[in-house]
Amino acid sequence: MKLQVSSQLAIFAVLELSAAPERQLSVAEIGEKYGISSHHLAKVMHVLGRAGVVRAVRGAHGGYQFSGNPRRVTLLDVIQLFEPLGADGETLVGEATEEGRALRRVLGEVDDIARATLGSITLATMHKIVERKPPARPERKAAHAGRR
Amino acid sequence: MRVTDTPIRIRRVKASDVAKVIALDARVTGLPKSTYWRDLFARFGRRRLAERFFLVAEPDAAAARTPLLGFIIGEVRAWEFGSAPCGWVFGLAVDPDRRLEGVGEKLFEAISAEFRKAGMDKMRTMVARDNLLPLRFFRGEGMMAGPYIQLEKDLE
Repeated sequence: MKLQVSSQLAIFAVLELSAAPERQLSVAEIGEKYGISSHHLAKVMHVLGRAGVVRAVRGAHGGYQFSGNPRRVTLLDVIQLFEPLGADGETLVGEATEEGRALRRVLGEVDDIARATLGSITLATMHKIVERKPPARPERKAAHAGRR
Repeated sequence: MRVTDTPIRIRRVKASDVAKVIALDARVTGLPKSTYWRDLFARFGRRRLAERFFLVAEPDAAAARTPLLGFIIGEVRAWEFGSAPCGWVFGLAVDPDRRLEGVGEKLFEAISAEFRKAGMDKMRTMVARDNLLPLRFFRGEGMMAGPYIQLEKDLE
């Protein structure tokens, strides 16, 4: 699946801020790490601030602080501030036909899995994934031999 | 946030725990299933204990009538759906009044250690995708989506 750039920036920003919730970072500092424009990131931070995920700290050393609970805020919470997930609300070509309804059902299955995945991964879990090394060897492939 | 790390003891289930397991499960799921749990105890509490793990959590200084804090059940399954032997967790419950105290995490760590002792290097589970509480818990313990997709069909 693809995420809009704003969603990606928002995820990076909240990950950066929630890694040390007592710390405050400027838009420029966050942008520098990920190589992203301060202009675009500032708009993203404004949306996150309005949603109460981060708070703006004023003053000479002002910036942003994380104001949520990293064990509660999920990737889905962040993404849905910037884009709808899946085909909900979108009209499919041929939707009035049996085939269109069948296609809608299959796409709905994909959307449900994406929503469950993103809704189950909190920022705290993301931090663990970032720290974890990838598995040393790939999953062994075997022929299907289910219980019968 | 976690309130506190309760001093707890994890041990294998005993016959005298079965009524407590039934009570805890009924509290969590709202559906008493005593026949199911008695059958499960007969199979997982007494037989093939090197590869079947039915563990319970209780307060460190528990008396005989103290309710359980939680339980976890799993087993080593080999060549199911073509998979090399791995550990499967198929039951986990924590007293709803004792959540966020690290009980589930300790049960998860205990059964992970049992699977490792049994020679496994992977463990799996299955969670309803709309059941976000356990889904977030298992994700938080490092579990990721695996290479299998669960399929089902309504039988008419």
